[in-house]
Amino acid sequence: MTTTERSPLALATIASVAAAVVVSALLLWLAGAPPLEAAGLILEGAFGSADKIANTLLAWTPLVLASAGLVVTFAAGMWNIGVEGQIVAGAIAASFVAREMPGSPWIVVPLTIVAGAIGGALWALLAGVLRTKGNVNEIFGGLGLDFLALGLTVYLVIGPWSREGTASTGGTDIFREEAWLPTTTLFGTEMPLLAVTMAIVGTLLVYYLLRGTRFGLRLKAVGRNPRSAFVLGIPNDRYILNAFALGGALAGIAGTVQVTGFQHKLVPAISGGYGFLGILVVLLAGFSAKWIAPIALFFIAVSVGSTTLELRLGLDSAFGGVLQGVIVLFVMFGTAIAAQRRRHTTARSGET
Amino acid sequence: MDWSATLNSIVAAAAPLVLATMGETISEKSGVINLSLEGSLRLSAMVGFVAAFWAGHALVGFAAAMGVGALIAAIMVLGNIKLKINQIALGFVLYLLAVELASFLGDPFVGERGEQVPPLPIPVLSDIPFIGKVLFDHNLVVYGSFLAVFVTWYFFYRTRAGLNIQGIGERPEGAFSRGVPVNRLRALYAIIGGALIGLAGAAYSLDVKLGWRETLTLNLGWIALAIVIFGGWHPVRVAFGCYFFGALQVAAFQLQDVFPGLAQVLPIAPFPLMILALVMIYAGWFVRVGERWPRARGWLVGDPPSAIGVIFERE
Amino acid sequence: MTLELRGIHKHFGAVRANDGVSISIEPGTLHGILGENGAGKSTLMKVLSGFIEADAGEISLDDTTLDLSSPADAIAAGIGMLHQDPLVFLQFTVLDNFLLGSPGSARVDRRAGLGELSRMSEELGFSFDPLQSARTLTVGERQQLEITRLLWLGAKVLILDEPTTGISAAQREQLFAVLRRLAGEGLIVLFVSHKLEEVEELCHSVTVMRSGKVVGAADMPVPPSELVAMMFGKMIEEPGRPEPMIGEPMLELSDFEVTSRTTAIRGLNLTVGAGEIIGLAGLEGSGQRGFLDALSGLVPPDGGKATLDGIDITDLSYRDHLGVGVHYLPAGRLEEGLVAGLTIEEHIALTTREQPFFIDWGVAEANAQASIDEFNVKGLPTSTAESLSGGNQQRLLLSLMPGYLKLLLMEHPTRGLDIESAEYVWSKILQRRSRRTSIVFASADLDELLTYSDRILVCFSGNIIKMLEADDTDGEELGYLIGGKERS
Repeated sequence: MTTTERSPLALATIASVAAAVVVSALLLWLAGAPPLEAAGLILEGAFGSADKIANTLLAWTPLVLASAGLVVTFAAGMWNIGVEGQIVAGAIAASFVAREMPGSPWIVVPLTIVAGAIGGALWALLAGVLRTKGNVNEIFGGLGLDFLALGLTVYLVIGPWSREGTASTGGTDIFREEAWLPTTTLFGTEMPLLAVTMAIVGTLLVYYLLRGTRFGLRLKAVGRNPRSAFVLGIPNDRYILNAFALGGALAGIAGTVQVTGFQHKLVPAISGGYGFLGILVVLLAGFSAKWIAPIALFFIAVSVGSTTLELRLGLDSAFGGVLQGVIVLFVMFGTAIAAQRRRHTTARSGET
Repeated sequence: MDWSATLNSIVAAAAPLVLATMGETISEKSGVINLSLEGSLRLSAMVGFVAAFWAGHALVGFAAAMGVGALIAAIMVLGNIKLKINQIALGFVLYLLAVELASFLGDPFVGERGEQVPPLPIPVLSDIPFIGKVLFDHNLVVYGSFLAVFVTWYFFYRTRAGLNIQGIGERPEGAFSRGVPVNRLRALYAIIGGALIGLAGAAYSLDVKLGWRETLTLNLGWIALAIVIFGGWHPVRVAFGCYFFGALQVAAFQLQDVFPGLAQVLPIAPFPLMILALVMIYAGWFVRVGERWPRARGWLVGDPPSAIGVIFERE
Repeated sequence: MTLELRGIHKHFGAVRANDGVSISIEPGTLHGILGENGAGKSTLMKVLSGFIEADAGEISLDDTTLDLSSPADAIAAGIGMLHQDPLVFLQFTVLDNFLLGSPGSARVDRRAGLGELSRMSEELGFSFDPLQSARTLTVGERQQLEITRLLWLGAKVLILDEPTTGISAAQREQLFAVLRRLAGEGLIVLFVSHKLEEVEELCHSVTVMRSGKVVGAADMPVPPSELVAMMFGKMIEEPGRPEPMIGEPMLELSDFEVTSRTTAIRGLNLTVGAGEIIGLAGLEGSGQRGFLDALSGLVPPDGGKATLDGIDITDLSYRDHLGVGVHYLPAGRLEEGLVAGLTIEEHIALTTREQPFFIDWGVAEANAQASIDEFNVKGLPTSTAESLSGGNQQRLLLSLMPGYLKLLLMEHPTRGLDIESAEYVWSKILQRRSRRTSIVFASADLDELLTYSDRILVCFSGNIIKMLEADDTDGEELGYLIGGKERS
C-alpha cells in the first residue's frame, strides 16, 4: 500500500478518534461532569506526581507486553483470545518460583521472568496445538483455556497455595521481598524501571522480528495467505506454533509483572484484563508493533486517571474503559467506511 | 435432601441462561456469531434493572433490556453486512464496551433495591407431586425460558422460516438461489437473538440475582457461548446444557463448606466440555471415527452451521 | 412465451463478463449455450436467474419485461436454475431440500411435502428416499432433486449449467429424456455446456459465446467444425514452434494413479525427457489440476510410482518435492503463489535461499530491483503484489523460481495476460529448457498448447484420454477432443 492510498485511511482514523472523543465528552456531560475538567483530572490522575507516574508505568508494562505478544499471533493470522489465560499461566509459573525458590534476588527474579515466559508459552501452545492438530478454532480453544487457567488459579489460591488457616479468594501469601520485581528510586519514588525496560525491549523485539527477520517475514506470509505461503514452501503449522509460543511467552512475562511487580501475590483476577485490553490496543494500532506503546500508554493513562474521576466527581472509574471501547469502535467503523468508499471508486473507475 | 426443591432451584437458576443461549443459537444458526454476548448480558442486566427501578415496574425493565440486546446485535450485524467488518473483531469490541458501559452507567444503582418478578405458581399443575414443584412453581421468567426452548425448537424444525434460517447458516448461496433474502434475514435473526440475550440480562437483575452489581452476570455470557457449542446448536440439547450448568452451580453451593476449592472450580466445567466437543467435531481422527459411527457421533456432538461467521455477498 | 434477452452487460471490475448479449428463444425449445471457459455463459445464466444483477439490458418473457433483482423474482417469473454444483444442503434430508425456500404456510407441512415430492418425482421418473440425508445422493441424484423442485415451483424456463459434469452415463440418458419431454410440453430449456457432442445430441438451437459476446446462433444441426471455429475463434494454422530440445528421461511415471473429486487417472505410464514440454489440454475441471497437484506433491498420488532424475518422489511431501527441484505455479496468482499485502522486495526476501536470519533490506531491495529489471516487472520494490497487473504478477512469480529446476509445473501460465506479456513469460520458460528442466503445463488456450508443447495430453472428464505429438495435430482436432468427441 503506498502512502497516497493510505492517507484516506489515516484521515478516517483521525476523524473517528475525534468523533469518539466528542461522544465520550457528551457522555461525561450527561453524567453530570464537565468534560474539560474531567480530562484534566484524568491527566492529573495519571501523571500528576512521580508516584502516579510510577503507578501508570507499572500498569502500562503488562499491557504493552501482552499487546506485543498479540502482534505476533495476529501476524500469523491468529485471533489469540487465549491471551488472558497465557498471562495467568505466566503468573502462576512465576508465583511458583517466587514461592519455592530460595536465594537472592539476582537468582530468583530472573527465574520468575523465565518461568513466566515458559508458562505463558506452554499455555499458548495448547491453543496452537488445538488449532494446528485438532482444527479447533483458536478463538474458542483460547477462550476455553482462559477459563481453565482462571479455574487453576482459583484452585491454587483456595487450595494448595491458600494462606495459613484461611481459604478465601483474597490471594496467596505475599511473596518474600527477594522475589519482588525490583524498582529503582527516582524522583523520590519507586519507579518500575526494570518492568518498563522489559516492555520496551519486548516491543522492539517484536517490531524487529516482524520487520527485519526471515522468521517474521515468513510469519506474515503465513498470516496473510497460508495457501500461498505453503505453495512457496513455508511449513505453516510450525510457524503458527512458533507464533503462539512467542506471543504466549510475552503474555507470560506480563503475568510475571502482575504477580511479582504489582500484587506481590497470586490473586484470581491476576491478568487485570490486560489481555483483552491488549486486543483493543492492537486493533487500534492496525496490528503493528510500531504504535502499541503510545496507544497502550494512552489507554492506561485513561484507565488509571479515571480513578480520580471516581474520587473527585463520584463517577465510576469505568469511564476509561468506555472511552477506549468507543474509540476502537468508531475507528473500526470509520476505517471500514473509508475502505468501502475506496472499493466503490475503484470499481467505478474500472468500468470506464 | 429434597430433590424436588433442588431441581426446582436448578430450573429457576438456569432460566436466564436458557434465554441467552436460545438467543445465541438463533443468531448462530443464521450464520452470525454474536461474540458480544458477555457484554450484552451485563449491559442489559444493568439497563433492565435501572429502567424497572425508575418506572417502578419490572415489565419496563425487561422491555428496555431487550432493546439494549437488540441494539448491540444490530450494530454488530449491520457493521458486518454493510461494511464487511469481521464479526469476531466487532463482537469483541462491543463486548468490552458494553461491560465498561454497564459499570460506568450502573454505578449509582449498585445496592439499590429494585423491582422483582412476582412468583406465579400455576394452579392445579403446581400441585402435581414432584413435577409440579419442579416445573410449575415458578414465575413468568422461568415459564418464559420453557417457552423459549419450545418455540425455538418448533421454529427450527417445524416452520418454513426455520427451515430457511438453517439453510442460510448452512449454505447461504443455496438459500439465496431459492429466493431467501440471506442478509436481511441474518440481520433480523441476529437482532431477535440479541433481544433474547437482553431478556436474559434482565432476568438476572430482576429475578435470579436481584439488584445490580458489576459481577452480577460475570462470565455467564462466555458460559452461554460454550454451552451453545457443546449443545450442538440444538435448542433442547442446549437447554439441557444450561440445566447441567445450573446443577453444577447448585452443587458448588452445597459443597462450599466441604470442598471449597472444588466448589469454586466446578463452574468452569462447560469450557473443557466445549473444547472436547470442538475436538470431536473437527479433529481429523475423530472425524474419521464419526464417519464410521455417525449415530454415536450424533449423540455426542452436533455440527455447527457451516457458514457461521462467513460474509455472504452475491459476487 | 418467448424468452428474450436484450443487450445484457455485466462487468466485474475491468472484466467484461457479458458485453451486450442478446438472445431470443421460442417456447418448447432445447437451446444450447456453447462456449469455452470464461466465455461468459455462467454469468449470463446467473443474471437470468436473478443471482446477480446485470449492469444494463433487458429480459422479457412472453413480452413482459422482468425485473430480476433477486432469485425470488426469477422464481416468481418461472425461471429456475440448476447450478453446476447443485446448491443442495448436504446436512438436510432430501425432503427438507425439496421444501427449503418454497412458499406456503408458516408451518411446514412435511406430510404434504412428501406427497408432492413423490408425485413430482414419479412424474419425472426419478426416485428418492425422502428421509435420507442429501449427503448420500450422487451428483446426478442431486440434480434430479433440484430439477424436481424447480418444476414443482412452476419453472417455465429451466437453466442447466454444465449438468453432465460428474454424472453417470445412465443418469445422463435419463436427464436428456426428461429434458426432451419437458421441451415437448412447451418449456424452454437452456442447456449450458462446452461439450459439442451433447449439444449436438440434445439441442434444437444453439448460441455460441466467446469473450462475453454472442459470436454465433444457429438452428441445429450445424457442422461441428463450424461450432468449433465459433467457440475458439480463428486458428493460427502454422504456428512458429520453437525447436524441441528433448534430452534423457527426467520424469518417469509408471502406473500412476490420481483419483480425486475431479480426477480419475489410472495406470498412467509416461516418460518426460529433460527439456521436454508437455501440454495438458482440457476444459476447466477435466483433471489437469489433480494431475499437477499429484506431480507437485501437494496431493499424494493414489498409486503407482514417480521418479525424477532417478529419485523416487512418489511419497515425498510437497516441501521435499521443492527440495529435489520441482516447482509449481498454480493458476491463482494471488491465491496460491503471491501473498497480497507483501511487497516485491518482501517476496524476493521470502524466497531467497540461504536467507540469513536477519534480513538486510538494502540487499533485499537491490535484489528486488535486479529481479524487476531482469523480468521487466512494472513496479517498485515497495509495490505490493496485489497492486501489480496480472502480467506483472506472473513475471514476479517467475522471478521467484529457483535458478535450477528439474521439473516445472504450471497451470494456465498466461491466462489473462496481454500478448506481449504472454510471449515474455514463455521466453523465460523456454530459457529453462536449455538447463534440462522438464515442463508440464495446463492451458485452456489451444494456440498456446500447440505452439509450445512437444507433446499434448488431452484430459477429459477426469482422465487423460489421448497423447498427441504437437506436430501431428491441430486446433480443430484438439477442440474436438477436449469436448469429448473424435474428429469424424
